[in-house]
Amino acid sequence: MEAITFFIAALIAIAGACGVVLLKNPVHAALSLVATLFGVAIHFINLEAYFLAAVQVIVYAGAIVILFLFVIMLLGVDRAENMESDPIIGQRQLAILAIAGLLILGIFIGVAFSGEVTGVPPIEAQQSTFEGGLAIDNGALFDKVPPKENIKEIGRALFSTRYVFALEITALLLTIGVVGAVVLTRKTKSELDPIPVVEPPVWMRNSEEEIELTHNEDQEEPIGEIVDPFPEDLSNDELEVNGE
Amino acid sequence: MTFAMAIGTEYYLALSALLFAIGAGGLLVRRNPLIMFMCIELMLNAANLAFVSFGKEMSDLGGQMSVLFVLVVAAAEVVIGLAIVVAVMRRRPKASIDEVSVLRG
Repeated sequence: MEAITFFIAALIAIAGACGVVLLKNPVHAALSLVATLFGVAIHFINLEAYFLAAVQVIVYAGAIVILFLFVIMLLGVDRAENMESDPIIGQRQLAILAIAGLLILGIFIGVAFSGEVTGVPPIEAQQSTFEGGLAIDNGALFDKVPPKENIKEIGRALFSTRYVFALEITALLLTIGVVGAVVLTRKTKSELDPIPVVEPPVWMRNSEEEIELTHNEDQEEPIGEIVDPFPEDLSNDELEVNGE
Repeated sequence: MTFAMAIGTEYYLALSALLFAIGAGGLLVRRNPLIMFMCIELMLNAANLAFVSFGKEMSDLGGQMSVLFVLVVAAAEVVIGLAIVVAVMRRRPKASIDEVSVLRG
Protein backbone atom coordinates (compact mmCIF):
# COMPACT_ATOMS: atom_id res chain seq x y z
CA MET A 1 0.00 0.00 0.00
CA GLU A 2 2.81 2.33 0.88
CA ALA A 3 4.49 1.49 -2.40
CA ILE A 4 1.39 2.33 -4.44
CA THR A 5 0.99 5.63 -2.64
CA PHE A 6 4.65 6.40 -3.07
CA PHE A 7 4.73 5.83 -6.78
CA ILE A 8 1.51 7.72 -7.47
CA ALA A 9 2.63 10.69 -5.39
CA ALA A 10 6.09 10.60 -6.92
CA LEU A 11 4.53 10.66 -10.38
CA ILE A 12 2.40 13.67 -9.42
CA ALA A 13 5.37 15.49 -7.91
CA ILE A 14 7.72 14.88 -10.82
CA ALA A 15 5.09 15.73 -13.42
CA GLY A 16 4.33 18.97 -11.59
CA ALA A 17 8.01 19.82 -11.35
CA CYS A 18 8.48 19.22 -15.06
CA GLY A 19 5.44 21.41 -15.66
CA VAL A 20 6.96 24.24 -13.66
CA VAL A 21 10.12 24.12 -15.72
CA LEU A 22 8.62 23.46 -19.14
CA LEU A 23 5.34 25.38 -19.29
CA LYS A 24 5.67 28.78 -20.87
CA ASN A 25 2.77 30.55 -19.21
CA PRO A 26 3.57 31.57 -15.62
CA VAL A 27 0.01 30.87 -14.48
CA HIS A 28 0.22 27.31 -15.72
CA ALA A 29 3.60 26.94 -14.05
CA ALA A 30 2.13 28.12 -10.74
CA LEU A 31 -0.70 25.62 -11.01
CA SER A 32 1.68 22.75 -11.69
CA LEU A 33 3.70 23.92 -8.70
CA VAL A 34 0.53 23.23 -6.68
CA ALA A 35 0.55 19.68 -8.04
CA THR A 36 4.13 19.20 -6.89
CA LEU A 37 3.35 20.57 -3.44
CA PHE A 38 0.40 18.19 -3.10
CA GLY A 39 2.60 15.30 -4.13
CA VAL A 40 5.16 16.21 -1.49
CA ALA A 41 2.34 16.54 1.05
CA ILE A 42 1.24 12.98 0.23
CA HIS A 43 4.81 11.87 0.82
CA PHE A 44 4.75 13.61 4.18
CA ILE A 45 1.63 11.65 5.12
CA ASN A 46 3.37 8.52 3.94
CA LEU A 47 6.28 9.37 6.21
CA GLU A 48 3.92 9.90 9.19
CA ALA A 49 4.51 13.65 9.30
CA TYR A 50 0.85 14.56 9.43
CA PHE A 51 1.26 18.06 10.79
CA LEU A 52 3.77 18.94 8.12
CA ALA A 53 1.45 17.65 5.42
CA ALA A 54 -1.28 19.98 6.63
CA VAL A 55 1.13 22.88 6.92
CA GLN A 56 2.47 22.15 3.46
CA VAL A 57 -0.97 22.36 1.91
CA ILE A 58 -2.08 25.39 3.92
CA VAL A 59 1.07 27.49 3.76
CA TYR A 60 2.46 26.52 0.38
CA ALA A 61 -0.58 25.85 -1.74
CA GLY A 62 -2.78 28.24 0.18
CA ALA A 63 -0.48 31.18 0.71
CA ILE A 64 2.68 31.11 -1.35
CA VAL A 65 1.21 30.01 -4.65
CA ILE A 66 -1.63 32.48 -4.21
CA LEU A 67 1.01 35.14 -3.65
CA PHE A 68 2.68 34.09 -6.89
CA LEU A 69 -0.62 34.31 -8.73
CA PHE A 70 -1.32 37.74 -7.23
CA VAL A 71 2.02 39.06 -8.46
CA ILE A 72 1.54 37.50 -11.90
CA MET A 73 -1.82 39.18 -12.23
CA LEU A 74 -0.59 42.45 -10.72
CA LEU A 75 2.32 42.77 -13.11
CA GLY A 76 0.40 41.41 -16.06
CA VAL A 77 3.30 39.20 -17.06
CA ASP A 78 1.08 36.25 -17.84
CA ARG A 79 2.30 35.99 -21.38
CA ALA A 80 4.40 33.22 -22.68
CA GLU A 81 8.12 33.41 -22.43
CA ASN A 82 10.16 33.28 -25.57
CA MET A 83 12.06 30.05 -25.15
CA GLU A 84 13.79 30.18 -28.49
CA SER A 85 16.00 33.18 -28.02
CA ASP A 86 18.98 32.55 -25.86
CA PRO A 87 20.35 35.69 -24.27
CA ILE A 88 23.58 34.02 -23.35
CA ILE A 89 24.60 31.77 -26.18
CA GLY A 90 24.51 28.09 -25.28
CA GLN A 91 23.62 28.71 -21.67
CA ARG A 92 20.47 26.57 -21.64
CA GLN A 93 22.14 23.55 -23.20
CA LEU A 94 25.09 23.90 -20.85
CA ALA A 95 22.75 24.16 -17.85
CA ILE A 96 20.83 21.02 -18.79
CA LEU A 97 24.08 19.15 -19.40
CA ALA A 98 25.52 20.31 -16.07
CA ILE A 99 22.45 19.29 -14.10
CA ALA A 100 22.25 15.88 -15.76
CA GLY A 101 25.95 15.38 -15.16
CA LEU A 102 25.62 16.30 -11.49
CA LEU A 103 22.70 13.90 -11.08
CA ILE A 104 24.66 11.05 -12.65
CA LEU A 105 27.68 11.94 -10.52
CA GLY A 106 25.46 11.82 -7.43
CA ILE A 107 24.20 8.38 -8.42
CA PHE A 108 27.78 7.22 -8.83
CA ILE A 109 28.75 8.60 -5.45
CA GLY A 110 25.73 6.95 -3.89
CA VAL A 111 26.62 3.63 -5.45
CA ALA A 112 30.24 4.01 -4.41
CA PHE A 113 29.28 4.52 -0.81
CA SER A 114 26.79 1.67 -1.21
CA GLY A 115 23.78 3.88 -0.44
CA GLU A 116 22.78 2.00 2.65
CA VAL A 117 20.98 4.10 5.25
CA THR A 118 21.35 2.19 8.45
CA GLY A 119 19.24 4.35 10.70
CA VAL A 120 21.81 4.27 13.45
CA PRO A 121 23.18 7.70 14.24
CA PRO A 122 26.94 7.89 14.58
CA ILE A 123 28.45 7.74 18.02
CA GLU A 124 29.62 11.35 17.88
CA ALA A 125 26.10 12.59 17.25
CA GLN A 126 24.75 10.68 20.21
CA GLN A 127 27.46 11.99 22.48
CA SER A 128 27.12 15.57 21.36
CA THR A 129 23.38 15.60 21.83
CA PHE A 130 23.39 13.88 25.15
CA GLU A 131 26.28 15.79 26.60
CA GLY A 132 25.70 19.15 25.01
CA GLY A 133 22.90 20.01 27.39
CA LEU A 134 20.54 20.94 24.60
CA ALA A 135 18.40 17.85 24.53
CA ILE A 136 15.13 18.45 26.32
CA ASP A 137 13.54 16.25 28.92
CA ASN A 138 16.29 13.67 29.25
CA GLY A 139 16.59 13.15 25.54
CA ALA A 140 12.96 12.40 24.83
CA LEU A 141 13.43 13.56 21.26
CA PHE A 142 15.63 10.64 20.49
CA ASP A 143 13.30 8.01 21.73
CA LYS A 144 11.01 6.30 19.34
CA VAL A 145 8.13 8.64 18.76
CA PRO A 146 4.88 6.82 18.10
CA PRO A 147 3.19 8.21 15.02
CA LYS A 148 0.03 9.28 16.79
CA GLU A 149 2.04 11.40 19.19
CA ASN A 150 3.78 13.29 16.43
CA ILE A 151 1.84 16.52 16.60
CA LYS A 152 2.00 16.70 20.37
CA GLU A 153 5.72 16.04 20.28
CA ILE A 154 6.25 18.73 17.66
CA GLY A 155 4.42 21.27 19.77
CA ARG A 156 6.36 20.31 22.84
CA ALA A 157 9.68 20.46 21.01
CA LEU A 158 8.89 23.78 19.34
CA PHE A 159 8.61 25.54 22.68
CA SER A 160 11.34 23.63 24.43
CA THR A 161 14.70 25.12 25.18
CA ARG A 162 16.04 23.38 22.12
CA TYR A 163 14.03 25.24 19.49
CA VAL A 164 12.35 28.20 21.14
CA PHE A 165 15.17 30.59 20.30
CA ALA A 166 15.00 29.64 16.63
CA LEU A 167 11.23 30.06 16.79
CA GLU A 168 11.55 33.60 18.08
CA ILE A 169 14.15 34.43 15.47
CA THR A 170 11.80 33.23 12.74
CA ALA A 171 9.09 35.45 14.21
CA LEU A 172 11.48 38.39 13.91
CA LEU A 173 12.29 37.30 10.36
CA LEU A 174 8.63 37.30 9.38
CA THR A 175 8.20 40.77 10.85
CA ILE A 176 11.18 42.02 8.88
CA GLY A 177 9.72 40.38 5.79
CA VAL A 178 6.40 42.18 6.14
CA VAL A 179 8.05 45.54 6.75
CA GLY A 180 10.51 45.00 3.92
CA ALA A 181 7.76 44.12 1.46
CA VAL A 182 5.87 47.27 2.35
CA VAL A 183 8.98 49.43 2.04
CA LEU A 184 10.05 47.89 -1.26
CA THR A 185 6.73 48.23 -3.04
CA ARG A 186 5.73 51.60 -1.62
CA LYS A 187 5.24 54.39 -4.08
CA THR A 188 7.15 57.53 -3.31
CA LYS A 189 5.64 60.97 -3.59
CA SER A 190 7.46 62.06 -6.68
CA GLU A 191 7.18 59.51 -9.43
CA LEU A 192 10.57 58.03 -9.97
CA ASP A 193 12.39 58.48 -13.22
CA PRO A 194 12.43 55.36 -15.36
CA ILE A 195 15.67 53.49 -15.39
CA PRO A 196 17.55 54.46 -18.56
CA VAL A 197 17.92 51.77 -21.17
CA VAL A 198 21.44 50.48 -21.03
CA GLU A 199 22.99 48.90 -24.05
CA PRO A 200 23.83 45.32 -23.12
CA PRO A 201 27.32 44.00 -23.74
CA VAL A 202 28.00 42.06 -26.89
CA TRP A 203 28.03 38.65 -25.26
CA MET A 204 24.49 39.10 -24.00
CA ARG A 205 22.92 39.81 -27.34
CA ASN A 206 20.94 36.90 -28.51
CA SER A 207 20.24 36.46 -32.13
CA GLU A 208 22.47 36.67 -35.14
CA GLU A 209 20.19 39.07 -36.93
CA GLU A 210 20.70 41.65 -34.27
CA ILE A 211 24.44 41.32 -34.49
CA GLU A 212 24.07 41.60 -38.25
CA LEU A 213 21.91 44.62 -37.71
CA THR A 214 24.49 46.32 -35.61
CA HIS A 215 27.26 45.49 -38.01
CA ASN A 216 25.27 46.40 -41.10
CA GLU A 217 27.01 49.26 -42.78
CA ASP A 218 24.19 49.98 -45.20
CA GLN A 219 21.82 51.17 -42.58
CA GLU A 220 22.50 54.71 -41.76
CA GLU A 221 22.38 54.56 -38.08
CA PRO A 222 24.27 57.23 -36.24
CA ILE A 223 27.08 55.79 -34.22
CA GLY A 224 26.28 55.62 -30.57
CA GLU A 225 22.55 55.25 -30.90
CA ILE A 226 21.21 52.83 -28.40
CA VAL A 227 19.99 49.59 -29.90
CA ASP A 228 17.00 48.16 -28.10
CA PRO A 229 17.87 44.52 -27.54
CA PHE A 230 14.19 43.51 -27.24
CA PRO A 231 12.25 45.35 -29.96
CA GLU A 232 8.66 45.71 -28.96
CA ASP A 233 6.98 44.74 -32.24
CA LEU A 234 9.21 41.71 -32.65
CA SER A 235 8.39 40.42 -29.20
CA ASN A 236 4.72 41.06 -29.70
CA ASP A 237 4.76 39.02 -32.88
CA GLU A 238 6.67 36.16 -31.41
CA LEU A 239 5.06 35.97 -28.02
CA GLU A 240 1.60 34.67 -27.62
CA VAL A 241 -0.23 37.25 -25.57
CA ASN A 242 -2.55 35.51 -23.20
CA GLY A 243 -6.20 36.36 -23.04
CA GLU A 244 -6.48 37.93 -26.45
CA MET B 1 2.62 -8.51 -9.37
CA THR B 2 2.34 -7.62 -5.76
CA PHE B 3 3.15 -4.28 -4.28
CA ALA B 4 4.44 -5.73 -1.08
CA MET B 5 7.82 -4.13 -1.59
CA ALA B 6 9.03 -1.89 1.19
CA ILE B 7 9.69 1.73 0.37
CA GLY B 8 12.92 2.56 2.10
CA THR B 9 14.57 5.88 2.68
CA GLU B 10 16.56 5.46 -0.52
CA TYR B 11 13.44 5.87 -2.64
CA TYR B 12 12.56 9.15 -0.96
CA LEU B 13 16.12 10.37 -1.29
CA ALA B 14 16.17 9.51 -4.98
CA LEU B 15 12.90 11.36 -5.51
CA SER B 16 14.25 14.29 -3.53
CA ALA B 17 17.40 14.40 -5.64
CA LEU B 18 15.33 14.28 -8.81
CA LEU B 19 13.08 17.12 -7.68
CA PHE B 20 16.11 19.17 -6.67
CA ALA B 21 17.75 18.58 -10.04
CA ILE B 22 14.60 19.62 -11.89
CA GLY B 23 14.39 22.76 -9.78
CA ALA B 24 18.04 23.65 -10.26
CA GLY B 25 17.81 23.06 -13.99
CA GLY B 26 14.75 25.23 -14.23
CA LEU B 27 16.44 27.96 -12.25
CA LEU B 28 19.28 27.96 -14.75
CA VAL B 29 17.15 27.66 -17.86
CA ARG B 30 14.20 29.96 -17.35
CA ARG B 31 14.32 33.75 -17.69
CA ASN B 32 11.08 34.73 -15.98
CA PRO B 33 11.89 35.77 -12.39
CA LEU B 34 8.58 34.42 -11.08
CA ILE B 35 9.26 30.99 -12.52
CA MET B 36 12.77 31.14 -11.13
CA PHE B 37 11.23 31.67 -7.69
CA MET B 38 8.97 28.69 -8.26
CA CYS B 39 12.04 26.61 -9.08
CA ILE B 40 13.61 27.74 -5.80
CA GLU B 41 10.45 26.52 -4.07
CA LEU B 42 10.88 23.19 -5.82
CA MET B 43 14.40 22.86 -4.49
CA LEU B 44 13.27 23.76 -0.97
CA ASN B 45 10.58 21.10 -1.19
CA ALA B 46 13.11 18.53 -2.26
CA ALA B 47 15.25 19.41 0.75
CA ASN B 48 12.16 19.17 2.99
CA LEU B 49 11.40 15.71 1.67
CA ALA B 50 14.94 14.60 2.43
CA PHE B 51 14.68 16.10 5.93
CA VAL B 52 11.47 14.26 6.73
CA SER B 53 12.62 10.95 5.33
CA PHE B 54 15.86 11.11 7.29
CA GLY B 55 13.89 12.12 10.38
CA LYS B 56 11.71 9.06 10.04
CA GLU B 57 14.72 6.88 9.43
CA MET B 58 16.39 8.14 12.60
CA SER B 59 13.13 8.25 14.61
CA ASP B 60 13.99 11.83 15.36
CA LEU B 61 11.78 14.87 15.41
CA GLY B 62 14.63 17.13 14.32
CA GLY B 63 13.86 16.54 10.68
CA GLN B 64 10.31 17.75 11.02
CA MET B 65 11.37 20.73 13.11
CA SER B 66 13.85 21.70 10.41
CA VAL B 67 11.10 21.50 7.81
CA LEU B 68 8.95 23.84 9.87
CA PHE B 69 11.71 26.43 9.99
CA VAL B 70 12.44 25.96 6.30
CA LEU B 71 8.77 26.66 5.61
CA VAL B 72 8.88 29.90 7.57
CA VAL B 73 12.09 31.05 5.91
CA ALA B 74 10.70 30.13 2.49
CA ALA B 75 7.61 32.21 3.13
CA ALA B 76 9.71 35.22 4.14
CA GLU B 77 11.99 34.72 1.15
CA VAL B 78 9.07 34.60 -1.26
CA VAL B 79 7.59 37.77 0.20
CA ILE B 80 10.82 39.74 -0.11
CA GLY B 81 11.67 38.28 -3.50
CA LEU B 82 8.28 39.06 -4.98
CA ALA B 83 8.47 42.58 -3.54
CA ILE B 84 11.79 43.08 -5.33
CA VAL B 85 10.31 41.66 -8.53
CA VAL B 86 7.34 44.02 -8.27
CA ALA B 87 9.61 46.99 -7.58
CA VAL B 88 11.79 46.23 -10.59
CA MET B 89 9.11 45.10 -13.02
CA ARG B 90 6.94 48.12 -12.35
CA ARG B 91 9.58 50.24 -14.01
CA ARG B 92 10.88 47.75 -16.58
CA PRO B 93 7.76 45.91 -17.66
CA LYS B 94 9.43 43.14 -19.61
CA ALA B 95 9.36 39.96 -17.64
CA SER B 96 12.94 38.92 -17.95
CA ILE B 97 15.60 38.47 -15.33
CA ASP B 98 18.05 40.26 -17.62
CA GLU B 99 16.34 43.53 -16.74
CA VAL B 100 17.91 43.29 -13.32
CA SER B 101 21.35 43.62 -14.89
CA VAL B 102 20.93 47.39 -14.58
CA LEU B 103 21.69 46.88 -10.90
CA ARG B 104 25.28 46.27 -11.90
CA GLY B 105 27.31 49.27 -10.86
